[in-house]
Amino acid sequence: MDRAPVLRGLLVLCACQLVGELVVRTLGLPVPGPVAGMLVLLVLLSARRSERPSSAEVVADRLLPHLQLLFVPAGTGLVQYLSLLGSSALPVVAGVVGAWTVGLLATAFVTGGLLRRGRRA
Amino acid sequence: MTLDPAGAWQAVLGSPLLGLALTLAAYELGRALSRRTGGHPLATPVLVAVVVTVATLLLLDVPYADYLEGAQVVSLLLGPATVALAVPLHRELPRVRAAALPLLAGLVAGSLAAATTGIVLTRVLGGSEELVRSMAPKAATTPVAIALAETVGGVPALAAVLAILTGIVGAMAGPSLLTLLRVHDERVRGFAIGVASHGIGTARALQESATVGAFSGLGMALNALTTALALPLLALTPLLG
Repeated sequence: MDRAPVLRGLLVLCACQLVGELVVRTLGLPVPGPVAGMLVLLVLLSARRSERPSSAEVVADRLLPHLQLLFVPAGTGLVQYLSLLGSSALPVVAGVVGAWTVGLLATAFVTGGLLRRGRRA
Repeated sequence: MTLDPAGAWQAVLGSPLLGLALTLAAYELGRALSRRTGGHPLATPVLVAVVVTVATLLLLDVPYADYLEGAQVVSLLLGPATVALAVPLHRELPRVRAAALPLLAGLVAGSLAAATTGIVLTRVLGGSEELVRSMAPKAATTPVAIALAETVGGVPALAAVLAILTGIVGAMAGPSLLTLLRVHDERVRGFAIGVASHGIGTARALQESATVGAFSGLGMALNALTTALALPLLALTPLLG
C-alpha cells in the first residue's frame, strides 16, 4: 500500500489541471483550465478498474470539505473595490441578489419539474 | 542588546506568512461560529472569513497585494480542488446520466435567466454601462467571468468582484431559500446552487451532502461553458447591443 497517497493524489490533481490548461489553450476553448482538468480526472476515474480508492479520491475527500477556505483570498479582493461598491450600492446589490435568485429558481423549477414529470410518465 | 518592538511589529506586518496565518485564522473563526450557531446562514465560514480578513487589512493598513503574497498559497490550491470535484461527480455519474435532459434544460434556463436579469436590473436601477456589462457574466466561475467581461465591454476586475459576491450570496442563502421553496431533491438543490453560484456555492453545497456537492460541481462546470457560449450571442441582442 502506498504510504503517501495524499502527496501522490495532489500530484494527480495538478497534472490533470495542467493537461486541462494545455488542451484549453491549444484549442482556444472558452472554459478555465481547472474545469477542463475536472473532465480529464473524470475520464481517468471512469477508466479505472481497481477496487481500491485512487490517490486522487483520498485527496479529494480531504480537500473538498475545506473548499470555502480556498476562496477567502480572492474574496478578500473585495477590499480594493469598497468605494466603488459603496457608490453604486443599489444597482450592485440588486443586480447580484436579483440575478442570483432568478437563476437559482429557474434552474430548480425547470430541472425539478422535468424530473417529477419523468417519474410520473 | 536594544529592544525594538516597533521594528519587530513592522517585520511581522511585512512577513508573507501574515497573509497565510490571517486567512487560516479567519476561516477557523468562521467554522467555529458556524458550528456554534448550528449552521446559521450569516455564519457561513467563507462570508465570516472574508469579512474578518477585510476588516483586519483595513485596521492594520496592510495593502491587498502584501496580504496576497502569503495568501496566494491558499489560492493556488483552488485549481487542483476544482479538478477534485470530479471525484464526487464520478460517484454520482449513473444518476447524472439518468437525469441528463432535465439537467440540461435547467442549465440553459438558469444561465440565460441569471444573465438577462443581471443586465436589466442593473440598468434599470441606474448602474453605469461598465457595471451593466460586468454584471452579465457573473454567474459563471470567476476566471470565466473575467475573460467574458472583456469580450462584452465590461471591466474584468469588477466582474471578478461581482462573481465572488454572487458566490457568497449563494453559499449564504442558497440552501435556506431552496428549503423554503420545498425543493428537497438533492440533485436539484445541488445543480441549482452550482449553476447560480459557481464554486463558492459548491463549497457550501458539499457541506450539505456528497450528492448535493456533486451536482453543484456539475452545475458550476456546465454553466461556465454555457455562459461562455451564450454571452457573445446576448451581445448581439438589444440587451447588450
